[in-house]
Amino acid sequence: MSLLDVERLTVDLATPQGTLHAVRGVSFAVDRGETLCLVGESGCGKSMTSLALMDLLPKAASRRAVRLSFGGVELGDLSPARMNDLRGNRIAMIFQEPMTALNPAYTIGDQMTEGFRRHKRVGRAQAEARAVDLLGRVGIASARERLGQYPHQLSGGLRQRVMIATALMCGPDLLIADEPTTALDVTIQAQILRLLGELAEEFGLALVLITHDLGVVARIATRVAVMYAGEIVETGAAADLFAAPRHPYTQGLLDCIPVPGRTPRGSRLGAIPGVVPSLVGALKGCAFRSRCRFARPDCETDIPWRVDARGHGARCVLA
Amino acid sequence: MLAYALKRLGLALLVALAVSAASFVLLRISGDVALAIAGEGARAEDVDLVRRTYGLDRPLIVQYGEWLARTLTGDFGQSLYFKTSVAGLIGDKIGATVILAFASLTLALAVALPLGVLSALFPNTWIDRLSLTIAVLGQALPNFFFALALVMVFSVKLRWLPVSGSDTWAHFVLPAISLGLYITPPFMRLIRAGMIEALASDYVRTARAKGLSPLSVVVKHAMRNALAPVVALAGVQFGFLLGGSIVIETIFALDGLGYLAYESITHKDFPVTQAVLMILSVVYVLLTLATDLVNAWLDPRLRTG
Repeated sequence: MSLLDVERLTVDLATPQGTLHAVRGVSFAVDRGETLCLVGESGCGKSMTSLALMDLLPKAASRRAVRLSFGGVELGDLSPARMNDLRGNRIAMIFQEPMTALNPAYTIGDQMTEGFRRHKRVGRAQAEARAVDLLGRVGIASARERLGQYPHQLSGGLRQRVMIATALMCGPDLLIADEPTTALDVTIQAQILRLLGELAEEFGLALVLITHDLGVVARIATRVAVMYAGEIVETGAAADLFAAPRHPYTQGLLDCIPVPGRTPRGSRLGAIPGVVPSLVGALKGCAFRSRCRFARPDCETDIPWRVDARGHGARCVLA
Repeated sequence: MLAYALKRLGLALLVALAVSAASFVLLRISGDVALAIAGEGARAEDVDLVRRTYGLDRPLIVQYGEWLARTLTGDFGQSLYFKTSVAGLIGDKIGATVILAFASLTLALAVALPLGVLSALFPNTWIDRLSLTIAVLGQALPNFFFALALVMVFSVKLRWLPVSGSDTWAHFVLPAISLGLYITPPFMRLIRAGMIEALASDYVRTARAKGLSPLSVVVKHAMRNALAPVVALAGVQFGFLLGGSIVIETIFALDGLGYLAYESITHKDFPVTQAVLMILSVVYVLLTLATDLVNAWLDPRLRTG
């Protein structure tokens, strides 16, 4: 069994308009040394999926799953206290906004070490030594001085490096990164991604990377899961999926990004017409059909998942 | 941090100086000191004599300079009405007012802090509605009415506590409760709003993602950031309590500064009014300074500002 094995995960949100089905039966698995990228537009349920794994969903949200197993333990059966022992310890998470993800009132050193000291029950000196070591590993110079600084004294890129180092403090098995580069300058984005990739390999992490940027995916993904309207519409090894996308939505996403040497100079980039359907209430058939140029009558029925021999699957009548 | 504190102190001194000049001028405009000393209906020659004797015929700026120089040495002059030294008079009365202000503020925070935090943690539950009810009552009930109701129940009916005076700690219980309830609502609402905002913040989500204990998430990460505006409000409220407890001091015959200020104004006792104004404004300025420093300690971003 994989390190993380998710089967038919559902997240419902209570809203004044009715129940919003933010995540609709998502299944995937990740192992150590693998990087799974969850890709999709804003509101497709990728962040809700990651918060559901951490059991950090907002109060209005509820989580259900056939299986949500991590290292052989069923997360759904854990008490809040036992789950809290895993969080930040064996499962770590970094977020999109490094500017606001750190507490302005405490030093970098305090925020890096507090989780480690709680989970590993070690003293300040030992925790700080590890923090200095990890700050060095994520490429921060004069790490010792940084420990005494406050978040507002650091740039966005540095703060995200601090967040990554903090996440690695306890030596987690699984790292969930929710759009870790979206809020950063383009020049910094590449550095942070390369760093995440290297660290995942070096620490033998299972990395779940959430992004809407296919350029990011192409760089570091082992496997890709494309999400649309709360469900996974296509998944496969990164190379297979990029070489031969089988779902029209994935094809549409790929047409949106220019590829040097392949996109003719002066030609218009693709765009997917229309908007994502409302996730309030029941949704039947393919959620993408209203925007799909290949849509046909049988798209309105339940479409089975079709997987080829290489594990490349898609939910589409054409696949 | 030291540079910040010195800068703030310099600013505070300037403000205190400006307030002293403004209050000096305003008081002189409000009435004739010579007339007040000589007494209503005194002859014009007598008033003139008083004016020359006390040096009140000199330019205002000279008189202000002289007053300031004397005040800085702690000499506030003689009361025209009580015929004793102003400094002694204030020294006698300030204790009661400070005790009352301190007790009311402590009481208000002791109620507002837990209720505010709990209603932020459990919004729209019974605890939230209870604290909202207390807030509405505290804000809507005139504090003299609440004070009188307390006297009726605890002093007259149950005879647990004295009706008036300021001799023992028991005399301060009812006044402190009356004033405390009056200033509780703004604290409670501010703490609730601040905690709701902090609990929804990204850094609290980060703290949860680290697997910290719920207590650490709420107290260390959320509360620390929600407290800054509360400290500022506490400073202002303490100043308000020192100068604004006239009604409560009168109801309970609590011999404090507020009551003295009221008396000195009605008797045109200029030296006393001037001294009370000066002391209250200096206290206000010092409280603001203390508030700034505590906030700088709470929020490191302010220290460089």
